[in-house]
Amino acid sequence: MGLHDLLISPFAEFAFMRRALAGSIALAIAGPPLGVFLILRRMALTGDAVGHAILPGAAIGYLAAGLSLGPMTMGGLAAGLLVAVGSGVVARTTILREDTSLAAFYLISLALGVTIVSLRGSNIDLLHVLFGSVLALDDATLILLAAIASVTLTALAALYRPLVLETVDPGFLASVSRSGGVVQITFFALVVLNLVGGFQALGTLLAVGMMMLPAASAMLMTTDMTLMIVAATAQGMFAGYAGLVISFHGGLPSGPLIILVAGILYLLALIFGPAGGLLRRFKPGRHLEA
Amino acid sequence: MGVAIRFNDLTLGYDRHPAVHHLDGEVESGALLAICGPNGAGKSTLLKGIAGTLAPLSGSIALPRVKPREIAYLPQAADIDKSFPISVFDVVAMGLWRRCGLFGGISRSETAKIRGAIAAVGLDGFEARPIGTLSGGQLQRMLFARLLMQNAALILLDEPFTAIDSKTVADLLGLVARWHAEQRTVLVVLHDLDLVRESFPHTLLLAREAIANGETDAVLTPENLTKARAMIEAFDRQAPACARAA
Repeated sequence: MGLHDLLISPFAEFAFMRRALAGSIALAIAGPPLGVFLILRRMALTGDAVGHAILPGAAIGYLAAGLSLGPMTMGGLAAGLLVAVGSGVVARTTILREDTSLAAFYLISLALGVTIVSLRGSNIDLLHVLFGSVLALDDATLILLAAIASVTLTALAALYRPLVLETVDPGFLASVSRSGGVVQITFFALVVLNLVGGFQALGTLLAVGMMMLPAASAMLMTTDMTLMIVAATAQGMFAGYAGLVISFHGGLPSGPLIILVAGILYLLALIFGPAGGLLRRFKPGRHLEA
Repeated sequence: MGVAIRFNDLTLGYDRHPAVHHLDGEVESGALLAICGPNGAGKSTLLKGIAGTLAPLSGSIALPRVKPREIAYLPQAADIDKSFPISVFDVVAMGLWRRCGLFGGISRSETAKIRGAIAAVGLDGFEARPIGTLSGGQLQRMLFARLLMQNAALILLDEPFTAIDSKTVADLLGLVARWHAEQRTVLVVLHDLDLVRESFPHTLLLAREAIANGETDAVLTPENLTKARAMIEAFDRQAPACARAA
């Protein structure tokens, strides 16, 4: 098999592969920049939990209208925001802290969602909602993913400065501006929006993977914020492409394989990353004059 | 000269326990005021009240010449995330927020001013350094540089010299003196009474209630200091409602 057959023809020959690639690239453009901020704000596991939490909302949408975009998206959004707000309220009004209340809510959510799907659907449907169906993205879904990517990038560009400030020194931002609260909420809304989008392609269990893994990997490669975002996005796009190619030729599930490629890149960065990889730590080289 | 801050029967506290109790008084515009008192006297609480982060339990604080977001406030323990990948230059540049806002660019002259501020605190050459590599004193100096950029009329410093070496303290006091010469109103919470006697013309001695407020030599007398020390630090769990409450 020539290089062309290996790397290009799956996409040249099959429309569903081209769609899957387009969808993955849309996710890779929006997700990783958000992921960088999620990590810097120590919200990595929160993002993961919210990703699982959107399931019952999407499942109710599915019960109502089958594997259709509109109801599942709206349901997912509603569930995600409900869990996020609910766990915040519980954390503020009871002795339980944020992490406990969020864990409680998302576990209930996930169990509820699986139950709802099983009520009407088959195991295949359950697999779709848990692991996504990146190979079955229709036009409407692609448009949704592209729209989410555009909204996310625009919002991030607009709110970049206050978001950085709110993360580094929230006290200072509060003393000079009233935008702190708005920034926090908007950021969280963007995360939920991207998780709902990612849910279509990668499923509820892996949706956050496209955000987190490329970002974590980029953090091990550079200490410059801009380069971090660029590196994360590049890795996300590569993972989408390579994951689809490998799954095509190997007959393996595509969504999980995209995340696996992102994971391998992360492991490589863990060892070889210039800004914190293990190799650097154990063999730092000779120290400098001054 | 005018009045920068007016305290009207001010009570500030936590969970109904007063930390600052029925404070009356004024701070003149352009004053250089040290705030002293024993631990738990309400000094940090008072600054938080002036900065607007803590609402009064009763009474009020009037700021006739300054808008609430035009106050530069350096809290006791800066809640800054040192692991964030940001450089000293960018943190100092944050001081320009009031002018630049969300999208405003930084002009060449402003860039020069930022570099000037960084040099003024003795951090020349540190512009590109990630803040996670700074020592305690260097971090404090960087935050001072940010204050310089804020160009505020009212400056509040809460124990700014804790765990700082004496040379840095001298340098930063020079900056404070410069602010005073520029007619800004500066309030500084300090524990070191020798430093206060040396460098601060006015002092407010606080022990929940105001013990004395005026010229430093008249305030920091042995009698006043003894009175201040007599304050009981712990909140009284069985305290009744205050009889003096308005």
